[in-house]
Amino acid sequence: MAGLTGRMSTVVKAKVSKLLDRAEDPAETLDYSYQKQVEQLQNVKKGIADVVTAKKRLQMQEATLKQSVVKLDTQARQALSSGQEDLARTALERKNVAQTELQGLDTQVAELEDQQQKLTDSEQKLRAKIEAFRTKKEVIKAQYSAAEAQVRISEAATGVGEQMADVGLAMQRAVDKTENMKARADAVSELEAAGTFDDITALGSGEDDIDRQLKSLSSQSAVDDDLAKMKAELGQGGTAPAGEISAPAAAPDEPGAAGAADGQQPGGGQS
Amino acid sequence: MIVRISGEDQYRLADGDAVRLNELDNAVIALVESGREDGFADAYAALLDYVRTHGERVGDDEIETSEVILPPSDLSFAEAGREFTGEGLIPD
Repeated sequence: MAGLTGRMSTVVKAKVSKLLDRAEDPAETLDYSYQKQVEQLQNVKKGIADVVTAKKRLQMQEATLKQSVVKLDTQARQALSSGQEDLARTALERKNVAQTELQGLDTQVAELEDQQQKLTDSEQKLRAKIEAFRTKKEVIKAQYSAAEAQVRISEAATGVGEQMADVGLAMQRAVDKTENMKARADAVSELEAAGTFDDITALGSGEDDIDRQLKSLSSQSAVDDDLAKMKAELGQGGTAPAGEISAPAAAPDEPGAAGAADGQQPGGGQS
Repeated sequence: MIVRISGEDQYRLADGDAVRLNELDNAVIALVESGREDGFADAYAALLDYVRTHGERVGDDEIETSEVILPPSDLSFAEAGREFTGEGLIPD
């Protein structure tokens, strides 16, 4: 069969036969295969442990970020109640970044959980196949002539070899995913330690300029909302976003908020 | 005919199912070749679903070699492109 399916099958078969070619006589094939199978099973266990470690790491980072969110919120409140609005805004901007990062972490943790489950399933399947192989090799030894046994053994070894290749692929995918996440987690920790949280957005993978600008617009308005809410809570509601705070250069279409007084046309002025 | 979905299971399908399987595979390939990412996920899911629903799962304790091996269900469009054109999913 051609296409996607055919290619994949060819590659796996080549891999499996390369694995089996290393052994010459039937007894060796049998021993070698079985030994390889048991080794691979150990590797899968190690792979699962690595995924669990990576997951724990992300969960710890989640906890730290949650603390940061609380802390930044408190700082913003303090700054605002002592009249330092710019400082409050900065704190809220960082809080917003930390919250966005938290959402990303949630997704990553869920993804790792999924990987862990898949690898656990793979491990069980491989274990069952190896067990079946062990039984089969005894049957083959007892029932067949040397020449026939050779054929039967290599059939069985190929079948298990395919399962091993499949588990190998699952492991590879899990490793790739955890490596990516680890790299990002390291970078975030560093930025966090340096107190330059807002650079986290620059780490974003595969985002183009427009994505980034859109994101910064929406985070800008989230910060404005936060600030307004906080002001209301602190009983400063009367001083609505006016003067210097009306910063977000591109917010002409806020119906009620415009400070009617000067009657100027906003920005581009449609005719 | 034994078909493996990588990362899942092996399935035993009737030989007659190969025709439909081939059509579904070709549909996926056509999307990959023409760079149309939309529709890829659905087309690939349809291929896998066909195997899952028409095949009978091979027991974990049965040792069988697959005639056809399908990439994992979380195959991305980019991976599919690589699988089809170059080095493939399985590293050496």
